[in-house]
Amino acid sequence: MEKTRPLSPHLSIYRWQISMILSILHRITGVGLGIGTLMISYWFISIASGPKSYSTAQWFFDSILGKILIFGFTLSLVFHLLNGIRHLFWDIGLGFEISTSKKSGWTVVMLTFIFTLIIWLSAYIIKNTYE
Amino acid sequence: MKESKKNLGSAKYGAHHWWHQRVTAVALTFLCIWLIISLTLLTGSSYDAAYNWLKHPLVTGLSILVVVFTIYHLSLGLQVIVEDYIHTEITKVITLMLINFSCLLLGLTCCLSILFVFFGGN
Repeated sequence: MEKTRPLSPHLSIYRWQISMILSILHRITGVGLGIGTLMISYWFISIASGPKSYSTAQWFFDSILGKILIFGFTLSLVFHLLNGIRHLFWDIGLGFEISTSKKSGWTVVMLTFIFTLIIWLSAYIIKNTYE
Repeated sequence: MKESKKNLGSAKYGAHHWWHQRVTAVALTFLCIWLIISLTLLTGSSYDAAYNWLKHPLVTGLSILVVVFTIYHLSLGLQVIVEDYIHTEITKVITLMLINFSCLLLGLTCCLSILFVFFGGN
């Protein structure tokens, strides 16, 4: 067998387009959400471990690194959730037309930013009421 | 004969992985909305507030469901990625074992923590 037999798909020969980018992002955010799962787990475990552990967790989540991680987590979760709903519609056979899937793709992108913004603004306001 | 073997595939349970991923996805759609709202409301809260929130039976139940479904969904997703990109059989098997073991340990630890609070620990 020749070593130069053609393989598929070769990502490098495709023109970048919304469906493809969102599909790749679904995987990347999925892996990222694994790290988010670790953070939520840490939070649950810290509650069970007592007030001292809880305040350590709170200090970490309030640090710059913690905030960056939680922001990435929020963005990934909202995106994966919305794009996941898009995938579920495809699973029942809806929204396969190219124009529809492009529209739903851009809707997911817009709503991801809007919802992330709403969540962070609400969290900011609520945090201030506690202090 | 043909009818009874429909959707089974050559391995007899071929669609299970796919189906479980969808079932957990649908459940997680609702559970994650609940979790996002709850955690947003708890941002910056005191230990007592978080503790008493988690102690409520409904919250305990939903939290355990979130943990179990999330970690199962995560392990199914990671499995697909490993199968797509790792082609050496032994590396693949070891990676999958590590993923499954880590997921199991994480899920168990979380559930025990949640139940510990529910039963009044600390």
